[in-house]
Amino acid sequence: MTDARSTGSSTWASADTALQAADLRLRQLGIGAAAVVVAVVAGLTIGPVGIGAHRVVLELADALPGLAFDSGLSDAHAAIVREIRLPRVALGLLVGATLSMSGATYQAAFRNPLADPYLLGIAAGAGLGATLAITANLGDGAGALDPVPLAAFAGGLVAVTVSYAAGHLGGRSTASLILAGIAVASFLTACQTYVLQANSDAFRRIIAWILGRIATSGWSEPALMLPYFVITAAVVMRYRRALDVLAVGDEEAAALGVNPRRVRLVVVLAASLAAAAAVSVSGLIGFVGIIVPHTVRLAFGASNRVVLPLSVLFGGAFMVLADLAARTVLSPAELPIGVVTAFLGAPFFVLVLRTSRREIW
Amino acid sequence: MSGVTAPGVTSKRPEQPVEAGCDGLAPVVGVNSLDVRLDGTHVLRGVRLAVSEGEWINIIGPNGAGKTTLLRAVLGLVAYDGEVSIEGLTKLRRAERARKVAYVPQTPVIPPGMLVADYVLLGRTPHRSIFAGETPADRRIAAEVLDRLDLRGFGERTVQSLSGGERQRTVLARALAQQADVLLLDEPTTALDLGHQQDVLELVDALRRERGLTVLATLHDLTLAARYGDQVAILAGGVIVQRGPPAQVLTVANIAEHFDAHVRVIDDPEGPVIVPTTAAPDTTTAADGAASQAQHAEGVQP
Repeated sequence: MTDARSTGSSTWASADTALQAADLRLRQLGIGAAAVVVAVVAGLTIGPVGIGAHRVVLELADALPGLAFDSGLSDAHAAIVREIRLPRVALGLLVGATLSMSGATYQAAFRNPLADPYLLGIAAGAGLGATLAITANLGDGAGALDPVPLAAFAGGLVAVTVSYAAGHLGGRSTASLILAGIAVASFLTACQTYVLQANSDAFRRIIAWILGRIATSGWSEPALMLPYFVITAAVVMRYRRALDVLAVGDEEAAALGVNPRRVRLVVVLAASLAAAAAVSVSGLIGFVGIIVPHTVRLAFGASNRVVLPLSVLFGGAFMVLADLAARTVLSPAELPIGVVTAFLGAPFFVLVLRTSRREIW
Repeated sequence: MSGVTAPGVTSKRPEQPVEAGCDGLAPVVGVNSLDVRLDGTHVLRGVRLAVSEGEWINIIGPNGAGKTTLLRAVLGLVAYDGEVSIEGLTKLRRAERARKVAYVPQTPVIPPGMLVADYVLLGRTPHRSIFAGETPADRRIAAEVLDRLDLRGFGERTVQSLSGGERQRTVLARALAQQADVLLLDEPTTALDLGHQQDVLELVDALRRERGLTVLATLHDLTLAARYGDQVAILAGGVIVQRGPPAQVLTVANIAEHFDAHVRVIDDPEGPVIVPTTAAPDTTTAADGAASQAQHAEGVQP
């Protein structure tokens, strides 16, 4: 076997069969898709009004264009499924997918396992934006366009932009960028606290917003989210191989012909845009952006070709289930979803961490 | 023959005869008046170096002499004044350069969780768009390289899980997968035991012969630098102070002057052997009494 190594293409061919790149496998994609389907059906089925899962599936199929099924649901129940639960499930999918995709992207771009979508100050910026909008009582207008998410979105993007600009002035390393993010976040949080103290009457609303909530009024929120998710996901997925090259560090990536700073700029901006959109409709939901990508890495390996698409699927499924728990555990009261993601997510993550034999970081 | 196809390099200056291309060919790696400043420190001051096709040159020099900086300049990783040409070309885009020059850094970043197969396939990056996946040809080349470096069957292991020697071969495999004609090695033997040091350098030597690689390496171990490769160049104070066959360059006087080290140089059929001695009482004579020192060294019984 070894004596033929310098000659003979047949030995090379046999080596070729052993050399598989870490591309996304159909089986992995299937597992992720199955998780999404289970979460969606559970999210549509479970609630104060009991509706059979099979009827939900038929109703869903009926909703697809070109298909017609009779689910046997009454009009009222059909409306609950279609008009109340389905938009909320859709928003959960989008927010969860977006946050975990952004987290996975940040972790790869900064080569830092602790990076999350809020690393460059999005949370603080969005929090300040939302706080200002709420204290100014802008949100009570009940107009078509709620100004609170808009203010949050703008605040998040401003924070990221300032962090990026400041970090690059400080030097070329990713550490300077992260430090700039910390400084910007601290500053904005201080501003937010000040505004909060000065407007204690708005305290409850602001805290409720900060704790996060997947709440919908019809389809407007998911419709708002969808274009951001589609566009940023397209960008990030396109760069998944480039992010694998970045894993060897900027210097070696450059020696391999890649411009690491350009790759980082593009993917971080895309991930930040996505996260800002998610934050604007759902508040600050922590933990998802860290826990889901790491769980995917532990289960399926560290390559971004696998981690990014699967983070989208599992992130969406996880958020739908977390939202299900948030609205049912204390029903009719609702738990803040950030509480649920951490309460369910942390033990689960520890379990995965204990059982996985993979070295991911 | 490369001299004919290298119009870029000869255009500007009334060509100073390129230093070493011993047979008059244009160098594969040409460095001229290279100046590099890092954080205000003038690290390289007018370095000239030419490496011909198939040649192996070892750069030696004390810590901080700028050896790594020189390699990084050749790779285009630092800003510099002066001229660096690869196969006669001075203006190269990143990917183009990476198709011509492969690099084995001194302390490679080991990406967490990455499989050896994926790591070696990274070497194919400059040959395709960063958005495209590997072709079957990429996979075949990577597999062939793994095979050649006795790493067959390692593809599914993580790079992290490998021993030091296996790791070094894996990094070398990635560089070879680039199919570049020039191989830059920065201290390829640090962190390896003697046997593995020899393994790696023997391997590079064999590959150089098989594939006609041009090798530019930095080495701390002067005896190894004398044993492997064609020529040795001393980089000190930001310039190449001397370059030539090991026996000419690795003298007691040179080593005393540039390394501030006390050594004996023992002649061996395979090249000079550099042996450190305990602090010599007569250090004052090291610089001026070079000739007598050399004689003294010859007289030493091994």
